[in-house]
Amino acid sequence: MLLWNLARRTGIFVATLLASSIVVFGLMAVLPGDPARVALGLNATDSDVAHLREQFGLDQSLPERYLDWLRGLITLHPGTSYVTQTAIGPEIATRIPVTLILVGASMLVAIAVAIPLGTVMALRHRRASGLALSALSQVGVAVPTFLAGILLVTLFAVRLGWLPSSGWTSPQDDFEMFARQLVLPALALGLCQGAIIARYVRSSILDVLRQDYIRTARAKGRQPAQALIHHGLRNAAVPVVTALALQLVYLLLGAVVIERVFVIPGIGSLLTDSVGLRDLNVVQDVVMLLVAAVLVINLVVDILYVIIDPRLRAAS
Amino acid sequence: MSSYSKKIALIAVTLVATLVVGACGGGSSGANSSSSDTTLTVGLPSEPSTLDFTSNGDSPLPLLYNVYETLVKVNQDGALIPSLAKSWDISPDRKTYTFHLVDNATFSNGDPFTAQDAKFSIERVKTWTDSSKDAMDVVQSVTANDDHTLVVNLSRPSNDWLFRMTTRIGVMFTPNGVGDLANNAIGTGPYKFGSWKRGDSITLTRNDNYWGNKAGFTSIVLKFFKDATSANNALLSGTINAIGLIQSPDALDQFKNNPKYQIVQGTSNLEVLLAMNNSQGPMANKDMREAVKYGINHRALIDTCYAGYGTQIGSMVPPTDPWYEDLTGRYPYDPAKAKQLLAASGEADQTIQLTVPTLPAYQQCGQVVQSQLQQLGFKVNLTQLEFPAVWFQKVFTDGQYDLNITGHIQPRDICSVFEDKSYYTHYGNPAFKALCDKADAGTADEQVAYMKQASELLVDDAAADWLWLMPNLMVADNDIKGLPKNSVTESFDLTGVSRS
Repeated sequence: MLLWNLARRTGIFVATLLASSIVVFGLMAVLPGDPARVALGLNATDSDVAHLREQFGLDQSLPERYLDWLRGLITLHPGTSYVTQTAIGPEIATRIPVTLILVGASMLVAIAVAIPLGTVMALRHRRASGLALSALSQVGVAVPTFLAGILLVTLFAVRLGWLPSSGWTSPQDDFEMFARQLVLPALALGLCQGAIIARYVRSSILDVLRQDYIRTARAKGRQPAQALIHHGLRNAAVPVVTALALQLVYLLLGAVVIERVFVIPGIGSLLTDSVGLRDLNVVQDVVMLLVAAVLVINLVVDILYVIIDPRLRAAS
Repeated sequence: MSSYSKKIALIAVTLVATLVVGACGGGSSGANSSSSDTTLTVGLPSEPSTLDFTSNGDSPLPLLYNVYETLVKVNQDGALIPSLAKSWDISPDRKTYTFHLVDNATFSNGDPFTAQDAKFSIERVKTWTDSSKDAMDVVQSVTANDDHTLVVNLSRPSNDWLFRMTTRIGVMFTPNGVGDLANNAIGTGPYKFGSWKRGDSITLTRNDNYWGNKAGFTSIVLKFFKDATSANNALLSGTINAIGLIQSPDALDQFKNNPKYQIVQGTSNLEVLLAMNNSQGPMANKDMREAVKYGINHRALIDTCYAGYGTQIGSMVPPTDPWYEDLTGRYPYDPAKAKQLLAASGEADQTIQLTVPTLPAYQQCGQVVQSQLQQLGFKVNLTQLEFPAVWFQKVFTDGQYDLNITGHIQPRDICSVFEDKSYYTHYGNPAFKALCDKADAGTADEQVAYMKQASELLVDDAAADWLWLMPNLMVADNDIKGLPKNSVTESFDLTGVSRS
């Protein structure tokens, strides 16, 4: 039963992936303008444009182009960029670790902020300090990440001069510089997400605190916090883990903005650069990669649900 | 507060504090932290899509003159000066150019620079796909008389050809250095191409074997900021030393009264052209074109659209061109005259189609031009067209516009923009083309005289309006010397930059 369930969810995943690939390809195909003309500039001659169209396979029919593209993606050889005329695969490959590090670090920041903050908010939810923290987290939820980035840079880089305002160094080249440059973007992305996750933590802990087993623990003489730590946290964790996985998607998309503000050469800046250059086949590949990442996260969450929660298993 | 919740609260605060402060050790670093540091880091607003400027319309900015050199180059006043050619002679019929080349230049791969390389480079332009190659069509034959004498025969006399030799088509390559132009650049310049971190920066390093004056820095890092605020913050926090080619002048005020920084303001070749469709629609009527020219308050326009930076020009000639004259007085802002001409034109009830490509600098100005004209009674419909694809099709190819705002960045482009009636300005007065041709064929003095006449004719015919000339704007640490004030060619020339 479990296996059947997993197979079914994987099937849905593959079907969604294929459907999104058709949508992404279709959207790029209906955009006005000839990619070869755009790549060569406004004054290019017709024969040069025709030559480039042939080179890119743009003279083929749409279904042929779609299948070519799909084949390239599946074999991990996505071809050559229209505009920069370099191989897309290696370009994406060098940028994936950058974005993963940024997203990973931001997730750590988010968790480090959310769990203590959410717990305190829950424990003190009737008191002024708890309300103040709630209000503060609301501000964190409302602030867009790029604004958080600019504010952090203005304070810590420009005014105080503690940290570099932007840039990226590979950890192998200079680890200290890498760490210093990572702090502000990770905080900008992580703090806002942390504020959102903290609200999940708060409500899930409040839920748990109302449970009978907590009352029993309190009756046995435990302090509220003790009761929570010994009996409640594990139960409270389930919805929080779900929220974390979902927020991971937002972190990934937030990275697109933060990479631009902090001049980080990751997947996000590859996307915005390629959009700026009208480098349509790179845009297409990167969008597809992001779609796939989101779907994979959702698939993993789905599968984890089924494994963790027997009730869901029965229901399906 | 219970001891547990106190502990948890404390953990929360400590974690955040650790994250903020923890990684802050190590003191301040950055480009200007020590006196022995001779790296110059310059922020630029856009990254090239490829280093191979022979294959597409991309800018050779970072490499031209710094890494790649030409036989002749342009100085800050627009005069042609020697570079890899020490001197040159022009035959009496102005069709044969003899270049005397320097004898001590080498490419960064060790190959010596000779007349054979020059011949190879000039002949190779034919195989380029970039449209700038057309300027080389006038070349009939190239001969290397000896290692340091190059003779070029033209099919007709052309002053413009010599000028174009200062741009990308004049770049001198070695046959062993053109294998991977998209990723590697081998030239004779004071800097060598170091590395390119895509999405981040290009590093140039000093060429210690350079044949001329040694470069002022051991390395130059050109760092690309898509976001102007990020670039400004990087300069304010010392991560970079200068910002070049600034396109968001409204943020410059924060550097103005700060003694740590200097603002460099010169002129560029980028004319912001209000093109008028001279062939069809209401703007084919000269009264209408004149009415528009009198009706635009250029000073107010520059103040609103470009924070007051920018120069008024009366024709398609920047002040750094030898035939510049101030023609702004020919059509002063005169609302009464504009209204009168509009009424006299008989086209007052026609709706003028004003098109603007979706480029930030021009979008806002479209609205200002529209509102200035509407206040005088013009009917103006403003359309923003996606750039490049849709704009290119509608305006450039199909000519479906009456007024259009676009910048023209090519150096000395007055003839190419107006001499051909099929070009999107649809002007093509035969007398104008004749003046351009005479200027191209004449002596240096004749060239200046005829070009002045050509430029005046454009104004007499009210062929278009020049909204303003883009400034060349930079802001830099105060001790950086030799930044190029004016942008006179396709190069971002850092060859003379040093720290005092």
